[in-house]
Amino acid sequence: MPAWLSDNLVTVVDGVAFGVLLFTIAVGLSLVFGIMDVLNLAHGALYLVGAYLAVRFAGDGQAGLGAFLVAGLAAVAVGAAAGAGLAVMTRPLAGRGHLDQALLTLGVALVVGDLLSARFGNDVQSVPPPAFLAGSVGIAGHDYPSYRLAVIVAGLVLAVLVWLLVERTRVGALVRATVADAPMVRALGVDTGRLVVAVFAFGVVLACLGGVLGAPVLGAYPGLDERVLILGLVVVVLGGLGSVSGAFLGAMVVGQVEALGVSLLPQYASFLVFGTMAVVLLLRPTGILGRAGRSR
Amino acid sequence: MSTARRPRAVAGGALVVLALVPLLVSANVADMLTRVLAFALLAVGLDLLAGVGGLPSLGQAAPFGVGAYTAALLGKHVTTVGPVQLVAAAAAGAGLAAAVGWLLVRSRGTYFLMLTLAVGEIVHELADRWEGVTGGTNGLAGVPPITLYPGGAPVRLAGVLYWYVLAAALAGAGALWVVSRSAFGRTLRGVRDNEERMRSLGYRTFLPRYAVFCIAGAAAGAAGSLWAAQARFVSPADLGFEVSALALLAVVIGGRGSLWGAALGAAVVVLVREALSPQLGGRGPLVLGLVFVAAVYLLPRGFAGIRLRRPRSIA
Repeated sequence: MPAWLSDNLVTVVDGVAFGVLLFTIAVGLSLVFGIMDVLNLAHGALYLVGAYLAVRFAGDGQAGLGAFLVAGLAAVAVGAAAGAGLAVMTRPLAGRGHLDQALLTLGVALVVGDLLSARFGNDVQSVPPPAFLAGSVGIAGHDYPSYRLAVIVAGLVLAVLVWLLVERTRVGALVRATVADAPMVRALGVDTGRLVVAVFAFGVVLACLGGVLGAPVLGAYPGLDERVLILGLVVVVLGGLGSVSGAFLGAMVVGQVEALGVSLLPQYASFLVFGTMAVVLLLRPTGILGRAGRSR
Repeated sequence: MSTARRPRAVAGGALVVLALVPLLVSANVADMLTRVLAFALLAVGLDLLAGVGGLPSLGQAAPFGVGAYTAALLGKHVTTVGPVQLVAAAAAGAGLAAAVGWLLVRSRGTYFLMLTLAVGEIVHELADRWEGVTGGTNGLAGVPPITLYPGGAPVRLAGVLYWYVLAAALAGAGALWVVSRSAFGRTLRGVRDNEERMRSLGYRTFLPRYAVFCIAGAAAGAAGSLWAAQARFVSPADLGFEVSALALLAVVIGGRGSLWGAALGAAVVVLVREALSPQLGGRGPLVLGLVFVAAVYLLPRGFAGIRLRRPRSIA
């Protein structure tokens, strides 16, 4: 094993863990954009809702796996309701341009963020991992928290499930068809309105689950919503809009750049992420896996 | 009075009222109205970009903040002459826009929103980190009061500063209005409404988009210098996301593409925020969020939807 890799392996694994968390955000943003052409600025706030659900149900220190499962189920329920609600709220704005939709979702993000800080305070809340994952395992001679490995496994499983759902099922085919040409799908007699609500709800559920999953790693605090939203947007721009594999690839790249950047070049970490985005955009304006010729 | 003359009379009346304000109100109110004027210039520039040019930017706080820092740094280290700071800040804002716009204006719609948001965040981060120049999170305090000309007395009276900012903001907004009414403005509307057609008519659509991005950057930079002249303090919060979002809110509640609507929207935004924030006990973001949601649904065309004369076909 090259010396550089063995020195930085822990950081690289950290980057993968951060990357799969970013994927849970980015895939929802990407699909909602692809299918409805809506930039959902409330997505980060809904990730934070998931993180605070973990604080609420599993934040007391001796929580087992059960508490996390309860938080996860709550995240699914809350996320589905919030996503469907957002889809209904943005529908009357279709055809009025991106600005109105962005402002609406921004308003929702502000309201949600403020209600969360009213309920949970402004301090950083940390969530201990479930007891059986609280230890650490050895990776290349370093101790590594086992919970982060579990996050990677859970995130990869989630990513494969999402990929199978979108690429291998009938509903997924309809979603991809709507991303490509919504009027044609409508002309074929498909109710794209219901599809839009479902995709919006699905994307927000993923963000909320990501919040629960990520709470023991990133914690929960006001401002985290903006951070994950912006990194999620970078992921989406990097990977190409409306594509699941693009979101995954982008999330992995941003996860690595962020983790290695913080570890090796702490002064420039935040610029590295945006620098990567600028370079990718210069070389491939539609993202790494984005299709050429699609300009909205 | 014929309907064609009414807008002109309204505008003239508004100008007279604006000019008389310092004689009628207290210094605190004059200070607040000075901030309204600075913010209005930012909003009018953004309206030219978003409403006329069809390029809604979520990062207009970046050139605004760069202008504010430029003016404050000049004031502390080089010159206290206000108009010099103003021009330098406008140049700095335009320079930033020229540097990033080369890449940004190639994108469209949601992509543009995302990229401008990202640029806003980078510049915010830079202001936070670059402590040697920006003072980091502490900001730049102790900016000396401006002077109106070299060797002049420092402007300490709120009313005089108000007149200076009023004159500068009017000049800036007037220039933006001329741009919007010119052949270039019509080209912009054409590119906004149907880029394909403009291209097949032989226009290079990149150039007008790039130019209006730089013009809006210059307006934001100038507005930043006016803001700094009143606040005499600049911090990273001045180029935070909230400023960008509030500027967009001002454009939306004012009505896109009219320019004067954005100025009115800016007044409402600043007054509501400053008048309400002490009474809300820290619940500002909640109210602001509700205002955003309400504005999108209730004022789809903004104040500009309230017509003073029959709508003409040109939007």
